[in-house]
Amino acid sequence: MGPVRTALDAMARRWAGMPRGARVALVVLLAAFFYVLPLVRPPVVTTQQIDFGGVMFGIAAFALVAVGLNIVIGYAGLLDLGYVGFYAVGAYTTGVLTSYQFHWSFFAALPVAIVVTMITGVLLGAPTLRVRGDYLAIVTLGFGEIIRLAVTNVEWVGAAAGIKDIPHPPNIGPDPEPPFGTGGLFTIPSLSWDGLVPSVDTGRETPFLVFGAVSAIPYYWLVLTVLILVLVADRLVKDSRVGRAWEATREDEDAAELMGVPTFRFKLLAFALGAAIGGLSGALYASSQGGYINPQSFPLLLSILFVAAVIVGGAGNRWGAVLGGALVAYLPERFREFSDFRLLVFGLALMILPVYRPQGLLPPRRTIRARAAQEEIDELEGRESAQKEVL
Amino acid sequence: MLLEVEGLCVNYGHIEAIRDISFGVEEGQVVSLIGANGAGKTTTLKTISGLRTVRAGRVVFEGKDITTLPPYERVALRLSQSPEGRGVFVGMTVRENLDMGAYVRNDRKSAAYREDLERVFSLFPRLQERERQVAGTLSGGEQQMVAMGRALMARPRLLLLDEPSMGLAPKLIQQIFAIIREINEQGTTVLVVEQNAAQALKLADTAHILETGEIVRSGSGAELAGDDSVKAAYLGGDV
Repeated sequence: MGPVRTALDAMARRWAGMPRGARVALVVLLAAFFYVLPLVRPPVVTTQQIDFGGVMFGIAAFALVAVGLNIVIGYAGLLDLGYVGFYAVGAYTTGVLTSYQFHWSFFAALPVAIVVTMITGVLLGAPTLRVRGDYLAIVTLGFGEIIRLAVTNVEWVGAAAGIKDIPHPPNIGPDPEPPFGTGGLFTIPSLSWDGLVPSVDTGRETPFLVFGAVSAIPYYWLVLTVLILVLVADRLVKDSRVGRAWEATREDEDAAELMGVPTFRFKLLAFALGAAIGGLSGALYASSQGGYINPQSFPLLLSILFVAAVIVGGAGNRWGAVLGGALVAYLPERFREFSDFRLLVFGLALMILPVYRPQGLLPPRRTIRARAAQEEIDELEGRESAQKEVL
Repeated sequence: MLLEVEGLCVNYGHIEAIRDISFGVEEGQVVSLIGANGAGKTTTLKTISGLRTVRAGRVVFEGKDITTLPPYERVALRLSQSPEGRGVFVGMTVRENLDMGAYVRNDRKSAAYREDLERVFSLFPRLQERERQVAGTLSGGEQQMVAMGRALMARPRLLLLDEPSMGLAPKLIQQIFAIIREINEQGTTVLVVEQNAAQALKLADTAHILETGEIVRSGSGAELAGDDSVKAAYLGGDV
């Protein structure tokens, strides 16, 4: 772990030292890399026993959720253990509007799903954000379960059977015509690898841009695009007065109030924004390849994994959240060949990471600075006490 | 009268923290509240800044009843508190703390803002040296300076100071009190709560002594400092 840790810190420092243009260029390159990754299918990284496009979709969706939850936990310092509730509200709103009760198109339902989830966040937050600390964790934990139990028992939203045939996002270009017409404007082949030698695999083509049963990659592109937009918005908000108010509130609520920050309102805002992103992810999930949701899609465990993603990645840093979300989604799939042991390996990884890097893989700059200063102090104190012993 | 406190009563649950506290602060004055630990000094201050809600009584600032205003709206009226002990944002740098102090202002880029920052730095040269240092790694005295400087960045008409000498070395205490005097001479009215009665009385135009939640004596700083019973109870007999 030592070298990994040093490498990550060195990376973070080099990043901070780069000129703005270079950073933008690097981010664009990185984004491009991730857009083509499921087509390139590089060896080692690519999952063998399960569709890699589908895995990449899961990774992007998890990263999106983690970025949303990072606003709540990382920025505002509110421990939300029921985040899956918002994910479910977004998914169910989409399901009900597009399939179960109404027949709206996906893009008509999406903004409604976001707004409904946001309102849910405000309704949950308004009475509960007045309590501090541990109580909030318990209340939110209950919320996640209440949502799951509610949808299990309410016929209007499908009860235990759930909702099926949720429509996919609309295609660009002609629709596929079975059995042979792939549809789309054109098709993009993938690469396949023989050892380190790539070749073009025409048997594995992705129609651009068809959201169908054939390929998960278009769904992945959609979520990745949404993720990038959310990251840009996240940055704008974090660097504004709102971000500073969250930071002050997280550190010391009384002091923040004395500075003129209406802390309750800002906590509620964090909650609402976090919820909105959770709902957005849920909506994307509902209309993804399967087009099917039921109450079992939203277990408590998912809430825990969302929190784990944020903490492992580094609460308070949006890139940490992306990395954490990606790892939590990717590791169990990558280790599928261990079959039953894969969750054990995953669990071990989740335990080892926080032990060796309690501040997360990519902690916020502030944490790095504070730790460096603390180490300096410890060193000085160590020297002093050593001197005293000598005397 | 800049600030008037009338019949203030505050409870913590069923326990009365302060009872029927009344006093005023004139524009330009330094007023000290002194008393032992648990006498209700900090509660009084927190009630004035809005962090505690009253059971009875009124707080009037510049003729306006602010009893029910939340703290964040009181800052905008230029009533600013420097919290007790280490109430600084430990994860932020010194400069970020000072910027937070000016949160209610919308003139970060203006010359007036720069001037206020310069003023804080001239009062506390140490803060300029440590502008980019994380506040949590500063000494207790430096953190106290950050807290005071931060409160000043809101351009208060009335500055509330909660135990500015707490936990500081004697030499530093004198320095901090000299700075409080300087702040006052520059035109800011100051209400200071202190356990260090000697320094607080020396500084005060008017002082009030609190015991178990009530004001038991009031007078000018010099008058109280010269009183034998006050000397015996708060000044350790010889000053």
